[in-house]
Amino acid sequence: MIANPWLRHGLWLGAAVYLALALGTMDVNWGRVAEGFPRGRDFVASFFPPDFTSRWDSILEGILESLWMTVISTVAGIVLSVPVGLGAARNLSIKPVYYACRAILAVSRTFPEIILAIFCVKLFGFGPFAGFLALSIATIGFYGKLLAEDIEDMDPVQAEAIKATGAGWFQWLNYAVQPQVMPRMIGLGLYRFDINFRESAVVGIVGGGGIGATLLTAFDRYEYSSAAAILLVIIFIVMAVEYTSGYIRRWVQ
Amino acid sequence: MSVVTKGDVPVWRRRTTPEQYFIWLAWLVGTAITVYCWKLISDKTLWIFVEDAPRQAADMASRMSPPAWSYMSKLWIPLWDTLNIATLGTAISIVLAVPVAFCAARNTTPSVLFVRPVALFIIVSSRSINSLLWALMLVTILGPGVFAGVVAIGLRSIGFVAKLLYEAIEEIDASQVEAVTATGASGAQVLTYGIVPQVLPAFAGISVFRWDINIRESTVLGLVGAGGIGLQLDASINTLAWTQVSMILLAILATVIVSEWVSAKIRHAII
Repeated sequence: MIANPWLRHGLWLGAAVYLALALGTMDVNWGRVAEGFPRGRDFVASFFPPDFTSRWDSILEGILESLWMTVISTVAGIVLSVPVGLGAARNLSIKPVYYACRAILAVSRTFPEIILAIFCVKLFGFGPFAGFLALSIATIGFYGKLLAEDIEDMDPVQAEAIKATGAGWFQWLNYAVQPQVMPRMIGLGLYRFDINFRESAVVGIVGGGGIGATLLTAFDRYEYSSAAAILLVIIFIVMAVEYTSGYIRRWVQ
Repeated sequence: MSVVTKGDVPVWRRRTTPEQYFIWLAWLVGTAITVYCWKLISDKTLWIFVEDAPRQAADMASRMSPPAWSYMSKLWIPLWDTLNIATLGTAISIVLAVPVAFCAARNTTPSVLFVRPVALFIIVSSRSINSLLWALMLVTILGPGVFAGVVAIGLRSIGFVAKLLYEAIEEIDASQVEAVTATGASGAQVLTYGIVPQVLPAFAGISVFRWDINIRESTVLGLVGAGGIGLQLDASINTLAWTQVSMILLAILATVIVSEWVSAKIRHAII
């Protein structure tokens, strides 16, 4: 794939040197790892059988809270990301707005949901509101960037045709831009719903509410069979959401 | 497209009346669900804390600035660890994901009935459990440190890499495979000469893409004890050393931007 032999062998050599350095500095305590294996076996064994019944009320409450959080943060994130995404599309906006919106997107995309959640919890207190805000901010970064890229890739001929009819800016947006990006954006919105549900399981670890809080409590109390039940419920819901969103996406497109 | 007659004049409309009603209904249901969810969340919120937030934010901003630039000298080693967690974790996941992907793709799986569902289950469970949750479990088994982070990233990425790879395998051009088969090639030879060359660019692209995501994820694994710069972040937050926190956040920001740039360059070169 790489024509220049010097570069090719150089890359292999570089990779080998890096691997040696990385493994050298990793400092694995193999004694601790070996010791961990029987413990790991016990740990995995203590997950079975998953115990759905004894903590079912908290599990249900956590899952429902996660679902509300997912719905609200997806909706709010998408609504807020539309203006930012429009501003960040090079063919739509003027230079200062473009750079400002790109900066917003870059910052909100860089930090993982959990860091956003830490700060939201510090500012807004414990509970699902903090988790909702963290997920919304992450959604803005994700959805706004993809929206902007989609608008930049749109067919300029249609946009020009609408402009030629003397349409105003909003009419132009509504009749030229929106129909072109809509099918893909609906699909991406559903995809983001998926991601937000998955992430809502983590924001709870730092106090952002949802099923993550229930899961952390189960871990902290060493109730691993309840934890296993929670993980299975998460996997099941993720599968269900993924299947449904795939179905809706095919139906929309 | 449909036409409605208003008085005597036919008026063109984009949708038929039932379609129009259905869309209205969908909007109504969507709005109702959103409003209901909002109410449930808002019931659980202590609004007095939310009202206080602007003051808190200003307070925190003043505590966080200026960043403790001198602290950067202590961050190089954690950053190196973070890079290693992402890179080695991606390497592990690639090695493990390739067989899973070949078992999951409809056209290469040994058995659609038995092997494929197992492979798909591996993919879904790896994908639906966040790397932080994997790390939480692995720290218990392997002890805190970089190694747990590497394994957590590895396990989390299997599903992602395998999913995209098996979709790429399912989309390959069947005629090339047929041509290689027609020469009398064995199963392994068909794989090497008929399938692998077709998915190799996609595979390289997926790996680099995942590496980029993993850099971002490995910055926070330290929050649960799995090594990397997250350990410093956790320590600084717990000791309320906010100037250090802002320094760490800047370091993370820079790392992520650099990794994104590198991965965009590499993918551009490959595809």
